[in-house]
Amino acid sequence: MKENYPQDMHQPETISWHRKHLLDIDDFSISEYDLVIKTAGVMGGILSRPIKKVPALRGRTIATLFYEPSTRTRSSFELAAKYLSADVVNLAASSSSITKGESLIDTLHTLEAMGVEIIIMRHPLAGACHLAARHAKSSIINAGDGGHAHPTQALLDMYTILKHKPAIAGLNIVILGDSRHSRVARSNIWGLTAMGASVTLCGPRSLLPIGLTPRHPLYSKIKLETDILRALEGADVVMALRMQKERQAAGLIPDIREYVSQFRLTSDRLAVAKPDALVMHPGPVNEDIEISFEVASGSQSLITEQVSNGLAVRMAVLYLISGGSKE
Amino acid sequence: MISSILIKNGRLIDPAGSFDRPADVLIKGGLISEVAGPGQIEQAGADNVFNAEGMIVCPGFIDLHCHLREPGQEDKESIKTGSEAAANGGFTTICCMPNTLPPIDTAAAVSYINSIAARDSAIRVLPIGCITKNRKGEELAPLYELAEAGVAGFSDDGSPVADSSLMLRAMLYAGPLGLPIIDHCEDLSLSRGGLMNEGDLANILGLPGIPAAAEEIMVARDILLAKSTGIHIHLAHISTRGSVEMVRFAKRNGIKVTAEVTPHHLTLTENAVAGYNTNAKVNPPLRSDDDVQSLIDGLTDGTIDVISTDHAPHTAAEKEQEFALAPAGISGFEPALASLLSLVHRGKIEMAKLIGALTFAPAGILNGRYGKLGAITPGWIADVTVFDPGREWRVEIGGFISRGKNTPLNGMTLKGKVMLTISRGDVVYRLNSK
Repeated sequence: MKENYPQDMHQPETISWHRKHLLDIDDFSISEYDLVIKTAGVMGGILSRPIKKVPALRGRTIATLFYEPSTRTRSSFELAAKYLSADVVNLAASSSSITKGESLIDTLHTLEAMGVEIIIMRHPLAGACHLAARHAKSSIINAGDGGHAHPTQALLDMYTILKHKPAIAGLNIVILGDSRHSRVARSNIWGLTAMGASVTLCGPRSLLPIGLTPRHPLYSKIKLETDILRALEGADVVMALRMQKERQAAGLIPDIREYVSQFRLTSDRLAVAKPDALVMHPGPVNEDIEISFEVASGSQSLITEQVSNGLAVRMAVLYLISGGSKE
Repeated sequence: MISSILIKNGRLIDPAGSFDRPADVLIKGGLISEVAGPGQIEQAGADNVFNAEGMIVCPGFIDLHCHLREPGQEDKESIKTGSEAAANGGFTTICCMPNTLPPIDTAAAVSYINSIAARDSAIRVLPIGCITKNRKGEELAPLYELAEAGVAGFSDDGSPVADSSLMLRAMLYAGPLGLPIIDHCEDLSLSRGGLMNEGDLANILGLPGIPAAAEEIMVARDILLAKSTGIHIHLAHISTRGSVEMVRFAKRNGIKVTAEVTPHHLTLTENAVAGYNTNAKVNPPLRSDDDVQSLIDGLTDGTIDVISTDHAPHTAAEKEQEFALAPAGISGFEPALASLLSLVHRGKIEMAKLIGALTFAPAGILNGRYGKLGAITPGWIADVTVFDPGREWRVEIGGFISRGKNTPLNGMTLKGKVMLTISRGDVVYRLNSK
């Protein structure tokens, strides 16, 4: 097993990773976050080399199973697996196949029968990865399930913040946009609050979470704010979310134009945040809708760095999961 | 030939007569023949003797709301399997909702159910007829013909009549028939896309929520229609504090409204959905602790009249899907009593109150149209249930008679078991015990 470690990885005495699947980070311990971030750091080192390939997952077979169109996340996982020398097969299933009685469980068993050990899954319905995991012999990695979770996005966002700030604890972080329907927001809320940040969700009230009661532990850790300037004041990090066009069709906002006029992250608005505030976005950006071109491409923006860091974090997750699944 | 049965040494609880003391019951010719103190009925006069020592003897349970899926969805349930499961759960009368394929919106469909029930069911199966044709909420179904064919009430169940004017006309038109109009209260514009209770867990799971208001708006509407027409309306499976409070207000103001609650809404919260458990996906959804407490209070103070199972069987394959795709519903007949008894064991509700809500109260809503039901009185129909309130058992879906194995209670140990069910003087269920 020794030779499977990337050469320059300090071989830890014990890897405190015990998860077979990565479905959600809502129950992550601080040491698990630390382990992923530390491992991603090592992977980042590998990625900066001229030859990026290491043999850690040589002979392992990984499938991406995407029920939603995605180029970025899928490519990121695929390259992460390839840099670790795994064999990768990509399956793009159309969303319509979900309702046509092609059972997810059947597809899962088919992949397993072909020797796939890790399945990276994206699905438009919340909980689909949990369903898969209940039936799986392989490891399931959630690459986004409906409005529920997108664990690797949150992990890469945390990793990115930590490259620029000494700690997440104590930071004022604003998540701007449709946090009600966003799996990116939901996973980030878990991760960032667990690490001690103050999180403010900003957007029109119809796009902020509904129904969270004061009795829930998260209630006191997040703030809802419908005034963008009040939300941004003194912020250390601003994460803008992609504005889905369907929200207008669903009548949650009158139209994109009004959304833009009230909630677009512009330089004027960003000016009330801390001068060194970080600007982030999970991509793909709707240019000049949720964030102005100027801010997205400005000096505070980490949007392209997030993409590179995503690769390192996904390599780390694949590495940890594949080690865990051997036991 | 119907034989005679003597049930002796039991504790007879008959809420109809506020009766709760040790008594023996003699059943003869399909009727209750005699009720007397322990040992006072001559044992030699009975063909069969059942020793109910340590057990409770009460009227057979009456369920105003269940789904038997026949005709059309027999892979989920049939009248035969559903009625047998109900008998195992202590039920002797069950009212099946009309959301079958085709729906029960013609006299012919009612006759079909009645003929299959006569052939396949040992207990009383009473079909509920549709309010509107094809449950579409557009035109009234032939309510007089349905009544003549023998329906026990009218409901469009899960496709509630959204058009208030149509609902008003249905009440006015059906009022003289004396049959209850039963409404599944749900404003579909508010619940659309919703998959579970709007609250903490929906936020955590990223599932769209169903707000309490989706139910409460329709509860309010129905109460106002009952007020303006003076015609009785029965509210199916209410689930929220707001609904309980409005029904309480309506009753205080003399409005003719009755309400039912299910065992699952009385005993489970939204937390049963954790981990995307589709067996806890039900409509209306399981709600919060606070709602559960208010439903218990409502049952205690008489705001809620009736407990109905809303037995809603589905196949395992249908439930073993993504949460959004799995159908809503819980298979309720077999564990109903035991789950309800947990409320008695925890001191949350009186035993007599519970039994009344399963017997005397629903019999009142059926209003004597099917004979003398819901009491243990000489000359009344011998529908009798005997249960051991302290007997522990493990809910095992493998042992369910119902084809629907969809319950969040699987594997749980509950206390209270039906030992004997008698329908019209015949033993229709008896626990095989050592």
